[in-house]
Amino acid sequence: MESAEPEPSGSRPEEEEEEEEEEDEEDGALPAPEQPLAGMEDCLAKKMEITVSEAEKRTGRNAMNIQETYTAYLIETRAVESQSEGQCAPVESLWRRYSEFELLRNYLSVTYPHIVVPPLPEKRADFVWHKLSADNMDPDFVERRRIGLENFLLRVASHPVLCQDKIFYVFLMQEGGWKEMVNETGFQLKADSRLKALNATFRVKNPDKRFTELKHYSDELQSVISHLLRVRARVADRLYGVYKVHGNYGRVFSEWSAIEKEMGDGLQSAGHHMDVYAASIDDILEEEEHYADQLKEYLFYAEALRAVCRKHELMQYDLEMAAQDLTSKKQQCEELATGTVRTFSLKGMTSKLFGQETPEQREAKIKVLEEQIQEGEEQLKSKNLEGRDFVKSAWADIERFKEQKNHDLKEALISYAVMQISMCKKGIQVWTNAKECFSKM
Amino acid sequence: MSLWKGAGGGTGGCCARSSSSVVAAAAASCASSHRGGGGQAPAAAPQLLAEAARPPLPPSLPRSLPGPGTMSSGAASAPKPLPSSGPKSLREMPHPLATSSSEEMGPALTPSPDVLLPRSIADKDLSLPNGTPVDTSSPASSSSLLNRLQLDDDLDVETRDLFVTVDDPKKHVCTMETYITYRVTTKTTRAEFDLPEYSVRRRYQDFDWLRNKLEESQPTHLIPPLPEKFVVKGVVDRFSEEFVETRRKALDKFLKRITDHPVLSFNEHFNVFLTAKDLNAYKKQGMALLSKMGESVKYVTGGYKLRTRPLEFAAIGDYLDTFSLKLGTIDRIAQRIIKEQLEYLVELREYGPVYSTWGGLEVELSEPLEGVSACIGNCCTALEELSEDMTEDFLPVLREYILYAESMKVPADVEKCQDRVECFNADLKADMERWQNNKRQDFRQLLMGMADKNIQYYEKCLTAWESIIPLLQDKPETK
Repeated sequence: MESAEPEPSGSRPEEEEEEEEEEDEEDGALPAPEQPLAGMEDCLAKKMEITVSEAEKRTGRNAMNIQETYTAYLIETRAVESQSEGQCAPVESLWRRYSEFELLRNYLSVTYPHIVVPPLPEKRADFVWHKLSADNMDPDFVERRRIGLENFLLRVASHPVLCQDKIFYVFLMQEGGWKEMVNETGFQLKADSRLKALNATFRVKNPDKRFTELKHYSDELQSVISHLLRVRARVADRLYGVYKVHGNYGRVFSEWSAIEKEMGDGLQSAGHHMDVYAASIDDILEEEEHYADQLKEYLFYAEALRAVCRKHELMQYDLEMAAQDLTSKKQQCEELATGTVRTFSLKGMTSKLFGQETPEQREAKIKVLEEQIQEGEEQLKSKNLEGRDFVKSAWADIERFKEQKNHDLKEALISYAVMQISMCKKGIQVWTNAKECFSKM
Repeated sequence: MSLWKGAGGGTGGCCARSSSSVVAAAAASCASSHRGGGGQAPAAAPQLLAEAARPPLPPSLPRSLPGPGTMSSGAASAPKPLPSSGPKSLREMPHPLATSSSEEMGPALTPSPDVLLPRSIADKDLSLPNGTPVDTSSPASSSSLLNRLQLDDDLDVETRDLFVTVDDPKKHVCTMETYITYRVTTKTTRAEFDLPEYSVRRRYQDFDWLRNKLEESQPTHLIPPLPEKFVVKGVVDRFSEEFVETRRKALDKFLKRITDHPVLSFNEHFNVFLTAKDLNAYKKQGMALLSKMGESVKYVTGGYKLRTRPLEFAAIGDYLDTFSLKLGTIDRIAQRIIKEQLEYLVELREYGPVYSTWGGLEVELSEPLEGVSACIGNCCTALEELSEDMTEDFLPVLREYILYAESMKVPADVEKCQDRVECFNADLKADMERWQNNKRQDFRQLLMGMADKNIQYYEKCLTAWESIIPLLQDKPETK
């Protein structure tokens, strides 16, 4: 695993270089999403080009033998090294559907509980404004999902830990038999069902403050980004309305120009510019969807972050339970040994009520307890170790994630500002043209 | 105050009051004196001067009666009343085409009076009672003359000699009623005015009176419209600042349009309106005489306006119908846009602060997010300003034009007068062309203004977004 230290800001030029390289490499793909920071020289993304290049509608029979329609995505990979030798490595490709991506991600989440696992693009279209379709089969949705899936693969491939996972590698390289392979890992058994109850609280006596704060942060982040996306969708809706109504000017100016002599030409051409203005909003808003997708990624990332916190919480809880159990066993042992009852126990009561034990019985009990205590102590030791390891590696990944998030979101905000600037310039252009037409009236 | 209002009265209008030949010559000389010898023979000039040497015409009572003799005269050689003169019995007025070519009087639009005639002629009271200059012999040349004169209308403001403003609304509370008066300020160098400056207070009903008088006394001309007379009490607060201001603007526009009109601006009622301390006394005086005028005139002035030359004015009527329709559509579109913009604004106002909230959660991203929030706030302000401008400047002007166009249309019941009113067509045509020209300029200005406001809005937003780019790209110093 790479260095746990957060990357110094001085590494930025290097990182930019990497970004540029990766953009060049991925022919056919969109510009690479905001890449994680430098220091990922060993990661898969450097050795291999990965794209999700196509999407195709398929029909097939599902597990219950019912016919269904789904979309399959083409994953193409090509080794990077051979390119430098002037030869192009062959492109390998295979088809995967969304559910397989989901399986992969679940496996990664369970297998690497301390890692903030990159999220998948949304399963169903959410935060749509009226012009966007909420239909999963809609070509625009499919296209944006294709991009999102590619982004997911690149994120995993750039992650210092995750990129080394075999299951991930096979997912990219081998179409058949992968599912069986994943299931054979038995990861589903490892999955703690308690995690599914998202809001169940575990009373942890000594919570790690950092994780508590982080969990709180992830909740807030999810809330604020959701809010932002909802309002943005409404803003987009309204803006669309404003632009489109201007198209009506085009028509009426045209009609009006028909009855005018001197004013006619000016009106007519101004009307044309109003039509241009009205039409321009479609591209503008399409571009803005890309920004919305960037925000969505971090909305889902926030969930992944929260998951790590939850796992830690659970770990801590189990640890405390185990320690508590050990303590009570030790106490029982002591009581049996010394004959004093320090704590109330039902067993103690019943034994008093129903007669004393024989010394032999007591001895046997003590022996069992001592064994259990020893076991318990060992378990506790290993749990503690596990816990400490978890905290260490989780925290390292969290720092990595924070860096990535700050970088990516800054880039997203910049690109959003650039979009707004472009929109303003277009607006100025159109109205200046219209003004000129009016001046010739 | 001179009662004899003629278009040439002031600093030189292109009008002559006397006989057709004189007038023709005057017109010719107008043309030539201005244009440096366009069209007409300068030889007419001496004759004009000779005519002008006759004693000035006795002032009659132009505000009152029809009567063939009273108005036209001046020159002995033209006892025939001029078809385009003031309130007369229709029976008295000959068909323009019936007169001999030299005597035909068709109005031509006067340009700014001070431009065309040398003072000497103007001093001689040579203009028609209603100020209309007389055209040359044929309609063809009248329109060409008109065109030439028309262009002179567009000369700079410096050539204007009459400026009127409506401002300073004040509320008056009396026992019987509460009403608003407006200050009407006049600055002028015209001889018809005794003083160079006047300031009087007038209320709406005074404007209404003026308009009625103009319609009666200048039936051949298009009189600009007034804002709505009645307001539904309880629905509109007629003392609210907004309402009063809207009305003031409309009244100001009304007077300015009359001021700019080469004939109407010399109307004596207009003069009285601008100058009289006690308008009510004058009104009462006028009422007595008015009652004698006869129904026929009122009937006629009711609205025959565009039905005279059937073919041509039917076309104008159609044009005005379509024009009003299109303006109405534009009004609705503009309103819709404003509505959509306001709804957009509502969402933006929620949108901006969310970035701020988010900024509160973050450390490194705090400043960039705050920056975006502030930026969106600036865009909100810019949008507010745009919507306000459109509501306050664009829509009222548009609506006023719709009203103006509507006011020029004809009620159907006056068809009966059709055959009698052929003679009035020339004034109307002139006014129509004048209106068209003003309309073109007004709309050019209005629409350019609209484009400008939108440009300014986008420029403000552009500035806001460009200014935060450096903030967003800024790297934190420590790590």
